[in-house]
Amino acid sequence: MKIAFTAKGPNWNSKIDPRFGRTEYLLVYDTSTEELKSIDNRDIENEAHGAGPKTAGLIYESEAEVIITGNGPGENAARALEKAGVKIYTGAEKMKIKEALEAFNNNQLKEYN
Amino acid sequence: MTIKNQYGIVKIAIASGKGGTGKTTLATNLAAYLSGKQKIILADLDVEEPNSGLFIRVERKHEEIMYKMIPGWEEDKCTFCGLCQEVCNFNAVLNMGKLILVYPELCHSCYACSELCPEGALPMKKQRMGVLKHFSNGKINFIESKLDIGQEQAVPLIAQTLDYVDKHSENESLVILDSPPGTSCPVIEATKEADKILLVTEPTPFGLHDLKLAVETMEKLDKEFVVVLNRYGVGNAGVEEYCKENDIRIIAMIPDDRQVAELYARGKLVYKKSSAFREALDRIAEYILEN
Repeated sequence: MKIAFTAKGPNWNSKIDPRFGRTEYLLVYDTSTEELKSIDNRDIENEAHGAGPKTAGLIYESEAEVIITGNGPGENAARALEKAGVKIYTGAEKMKIKEALEAFNNNQLKEYN
Repeated sequence: MTIKNQYGIVKIAIASGKGGTGKTTLATNLAAYLSGKQKIILADLDVEEPNSGLFIRVERKHEEIMYKMIPGWEEDKCTFCGLCQEVCNFNAVLNMGKLILVYPELCHSCYACSELCPEGALPMKKQRMGVLKHFSNGKINFIESKLDIGQEQAVPLIAQTLDYVDKHSENESLVILDSPPGTSCPVIEATKEADKILLVTEPTPFGLHDLKLAVETMEKLDKEFVVVLNRYGVGNAGVEEYCKENDIRIIAMIPDDRQVAELYARGKLVYKKSSAFREALDRIAEYILEN
C-alpha cells in the first residue's frame, strides 16, 4: 500500500504541511518496499485557483490509497479524492512525517469524510 | 455640446481600489446630469452586487438570461489520454483515469480542452450564470447584469454585458461604466476597453492605500486615468500629496456633506440638491471632452 503525506520538506524528519492543496511537498511511502518518495509541489504557489484539484491529481497519479494531512482538503479536492478512492486522514499538522505514520498505524488520526 | 471622440462614442469607466468611495453615486449622477444633453448608456458592471438601478428610474425594455460555456464530459468517447488536464491553465479539468472531473467554477470558458480533445469528448455546454436587464427612459439606457447566487466568476458576465453595451451604443453615445471595486480580474475586464478611467477615492489612509493599487493596475493596462476625490474634508492630505508627487491629476473634489449621504441612503440623485456636486460633475464633463 502507498501512503501519501502533505509535507513541509522532503524526508521523514520534515513536518506535515497543514495545507492540502498548497502543500510544499508530497511524500509517498510504499509499505511493501519501505521507500519514501518525495514530490516537489512548490510550484503550486503560482496557481491562482484550483490548487486543491491539482494536488489531488498528483495524489491520484502517485497511486496512494491514503493521504495524511493537517487541516484537510477543500470541497473540490475532497470530491476528486473521493472519486479516486483515496482515504483522507487529518489532524497531523503538528507532527513530523515519521510521527504521523506512527499515529496513523496506531489509529490516532481522524478519518475525514 | 455633446461629448464624443473620433469614433463618435466615448467610454468612461468609473473605478476605485477601495469599495464604498462613491463610484455608483458618481456614475448615476453623471449619467442623469448629462442625459439632458446627449445619449447616455449607463452600465452597472459590478455584477456581483449591482446597485446603480436603485438610483435610476427607468422602464424595463429587455431581459435575457446569460450563459457561459463549460465543457461537459462524454464518457463513451473518452480515452483518458489526459490532454484536457494538461492544457487547462485553471485546474478545472482533472483526469482521474476512469473519469474526467470538470470544475465549472474554475473553468474560464477558454475552449482549450474541448477544441483539443482528439475524441471530441468534451463538447462545450451552456450553463446559466446570470441575468442581463436593459432599462430605458428615452434619455438614459441603463444596462445591468447580475450573477446568480453560487456563481463565482464575474468576468464572463462582464465581458458579455460589454458586448451587449457595444451592440446598443449609437453614434454620439456617452457610455458610463460603473466598475466593480478592487484591482482583480473583474476590474480589468470592466476597464480594459474604456477610453478614460475615473478613479474615485476618499482622503483617508485606506483610500490612499487602495488608490495606489488602482493606479498601478491602470498603469499596467496603459490607461488614461484621473482621480476624483470624494468626501473632501475628512481624513488627511495623503491622497493629494501622493497625486502631486506622482503627477496624477485630481480633476474634481466633492466636499464631504451629510446631505449627500442622506440623499444616497434614500435612493435619490444628489446633483439636483448639491451645487458643489454639480460643479464637480461639470469638471468631470470637461475632462471627458478633452482629447
